[in-house]
Amino acid sequence: MITLIAITALGVFCLIAEIFNLRKALVPVTVLGLLGILGSTLNLYSLGELSSDYNTMIFADNYAKTYSSLFILLTVFLVAMSHDVYKEHQTKISDYVAIKVFLLAGAVAMVSFANLSMYFLGIETLSIALYTLAGSSRLDIKSNEAGMKYFLMGSFASGFILFGICLIYGTFGTFDLKEISEFSGALDKAIWFSIGVSLITIGMLFKIAAVPFHFWAPDVYEGSPSLVTATMSTLAKVVAFAALYKLLAAMNLFPTIQFQNIIVTVSILSMTVGNIMALRQENVKRMLAFSGISHAGFMLMTVLSIANAASNLCYYTYAYALAGMAAFAVIIAVTKNKDNENISHFNGLGRSNPLLAAVLTAALLSMAGIPIFAGFFAKFNLFTQTIQAGYLVVVIAGVINSIISVGYYFKLILAMYTKETQETTQNIPFVYYAVGVISILINLVIGMHPNVITDLLN
Amino acid sequence: MNVSLILLILLLGALATFLSGDKFASKVALFFSLVALGCSSVLVNHFLGGVDINVNNPWILQPHVSFALKADGLSLAMVLLTVSLTPLIILTGFGNHFEKSKNFYALVLFMAFAMTGTFLAADGLLYYIFWELALIPIYFIALIWGNGDADERKKAVVKFFIYTLGGSLFMLIAFAYLYINAGSFLLEDLYKLNLTATEQTWIFFAFFLAYAIKIPIIPFHTWQAKVYQKAPTIGTMLLSGIMLKMGLYSVIRWQLPIAPLAAKMYMPTLIGLSIAGVIYGSIVALRQKDLKKLLAYSSLAHVGLIAAGCYTLTADGLSGAVSQMIAHGFVIVGLFFAAEVIFRRFGTYKIEDLGGIRPQASKFTSMFMILVLASVALPGTFNFVGEFTVLYSLSQVNIWFAIFGGTTIILGAYYMLKMFQNVMLGETNTKVFADVTINETIVFVILIAFLLFYGLYPKPIVDLVNPSITEILKTINR
Repeated sequence: MITLIAITALGVFCLIAEIFNLRKALVPVTVLGLLGILGSTLNLYSLGELSSDYNTMIFADNYAKTYSSLFILLTVFLVAMSHDVYKEHQTKISDYVAIKVFLLAGAVAMVSFANLSMYFLGIETLSIALYTLAGSSRLDIKSNEAGMKYFLMGSFASGFILFGICLIYGTFGTFDLKEISEFSGALDKAIWFSIGVSLITIGMLFKIAAVPFHFWAPDVYEGSPSLVTATMSTLAKVVAFAALYKLLAAMNLFPTIQFQNIIVTVSILSMTVGNIMALRQENVKRMLAFSGISHAGFMLMTVLSIANAASNLCYYTYAYALAGMAAFAVIIAVTKNKDNENISHFNGLGRSNPLLAAVLTAALLSMAGIPIFAGFFAKFNLFTQTIQAGYLVVVIAGVINSIISVGYYFKLILAMYTKETQETTQNIPFVYYAVGVISILINLVIGMHPNVITDLLN
Repeated sequence: MNVSLILLILLLGALATFLSGDKFASKVALFFSLVALGCSSVLVNHFLGGVDINVNNPWILQPHVSFALKADGLSLAMVLLTVSLTPLIILTGFGNHFEKSKNFYALVLFMAFAMTGTFLAADGLLYYIFWELALIPIYFIALIWGNGDADERKKAVVKFFIYTLGGSLFMLIAFAYLYINAGSFLLEDLYKLNLTATEQTWIFFAFFLAYAIKIPIIPFHTWQAKVYQKAPTIGTMLLSGIMLKMGLYSVIRWQLPIAPLAAKMYMPTLIGLSIAGVIYGSIVALRQKDLKKLLAYSSLAHVGLIAAGCYTLTADGLSGAVSQMIAHGFVIVGLFFAAEVIFRRFGTYKIEDLGGIRPQASKFTSMFMILVLASVALPGTFNFVGEFTVLYSLSQVNIWFAIFGGTTIILGAYYMLKMFQNVMLGETNTKVFADVTINETIVFVILIAFLLFYGLYPKPIVDLVNPSITEILKTINR
């Protein structure tokens, strides 16, 4: 709980900083504040405290803490990069940073809720922050389009979720997750419960951009400012996954055969459609949007092996988000003053800026699942457990998709190392190097010692 | 002192080379590869003296993965092949200028590191990681420093990468399945598994896909010739001299003992496929106009025979295959280096533009000739020992296999000698061909000395390898 309060307070501070003209100190102070919150969240582990607060609105178990740590870490990176990205919009920087911090508050609420109303509040805080950010490049028509599209589709999905929550309330007469969990364990449930859960699942599948609810993702990713795309692709995606998992686990849905069938179908579809579409993209952000769709398929696969689903999913999200963050740090740095994010901007990066090229290469290798990066262990654990659960077909689809994905990840690597650059080298601020290198190093460390993450949940 | 030391030296060497700067990179790399060679020789002595040089440390608890390295005669022979070829391969680069040579030589050493790891690993997942790691350096070596048209090269290299990665992912699935059944990735635990024939068949073919692509066995060979042609010669040497032996070694170490029933069931098919590769490679080699491509197809033919030897599941077949792996490693590096020596002077690999070199460079001609003869397995060279043993083992299985496999010697002699004639003999070439330099001579002399010495006295290698082959055969026939 302390985490959530501290984050919100930090967000309010960001807004006040504007009034007192503390813009220069804003980003460093926010980063330091977030690191402090990260420290205190991690400290809660060692205390082993399981706190339930505010009329059981919030329940901070290990699951919540593990994910909150990841979210805070990602936000640290995002805020750190804000300083340079919004250099030309000094007057608005505190708004942007504050929105990001509030977004984090929503994210933390979405994994530590103990009550469906808290869950919905979390979703809305996160989503509204994202709608605003997607359209934050005010004079850019593409950004406007992205913001509008995201808002329309997103609010529609929120509507589904809200309706689902209402039906569940109608069935059990409570919002409390613990009670719902007990009731839903019973054998005969009213039909409203199933409908409600389906509606919530549809809404969340939209948020994670799984096929067939993925149509918004490429356009919104492409149109939004790169830093916002980074937020969506790393932070927002793993938040939605963590919340979806927590919700479905609480409602005892995993063992049912219908539900497993749906997951199998959506998972295979997401992997395949995402990968095949990604092959044809010229715009890096669009490509990563489709790659994110296919990763959503992989992450959904974790749910199939019930016993280890939580730790598999958690490890996968860490691997995916950190690789994504490193990739976006490079993408933002390279395409900063460009009209678009076409692959041609990366031509010859291996020669003109070896470090950034190496970071991006490592990030892409991790996403493609090449050892010794974390992405490899994420996929490997996933495949092992899914075979164990008896879903060989899904695993084979996953393997074939991993092979396909190499095709487009390497398109970018090829561009960096084989093509000649036509562009003059530009000075790239230190922060991008720092974010890229640190996230890829964390990725490598958890790749070599996967137990660091998987132990957190136990 | 244990075998992880070799890995450590090579990895540190890669790092040191990367930090040393472009000027000294090749020398630093050579130094570290020689240290690795020295260290391996000491370790082999320890091993023969009965000292335990294995490593087994827990690494990841869930899933249970250990950092386990096992050194028996077989893996030590392959490690020795790697660490003795690496300095030679680096030495061949002294006559070339590579842009950003620190990256280049660091990648070469890193690749040697990964390949050595593959030969030593005794834990399935560790083995898989090394196996995949070896792919990344060669990808960049071929991509960045390769020759020829950039677009075509890119296509060839990406095809190679996707093929090999795709194959290995199925191997990964097989490992996952084995892990679920055995609860561990350790080689010894996997050997103990009792799988049904159906399970073994699936596992066997998942492995087969990975190895058949790497070796390559027909019909998975289509990536090979283009990549050999487009990669820089050092890359080609690494690929043909060492990397494809990873596939052959893995057949003996992993595929056959883990799924012996399937291996026995499909033996005729597998040997047939391998021998089809021998004949196909030889015939295609006959018609090549590019020197490097010709050597690539000759390599395809030779490894086909080695693979056939492995799949006979006899002591002679396996031991002959290992001898031939080592012999082929040395001879193919020598042949590709000869091609490179010619390229340095004439700037072309096209056979029709060559010819008439002998009158200008007698030393080079003699050394090239010996390598060509070794390649066609003339008695007295190490290749003869290997090839003969393999053919003998094939004749034990079925005489027709031996007869068709034997065409490698006849056809091989034909295309290699024809190539030699076209490249080296004839009227004196109008272009000037300077005879070999000292560095080049050193490489050739060491390679030839090795091939001739062990050709006449193969006992040390055979004695080193045979006990572990016997062990593996025991597991296969359990």
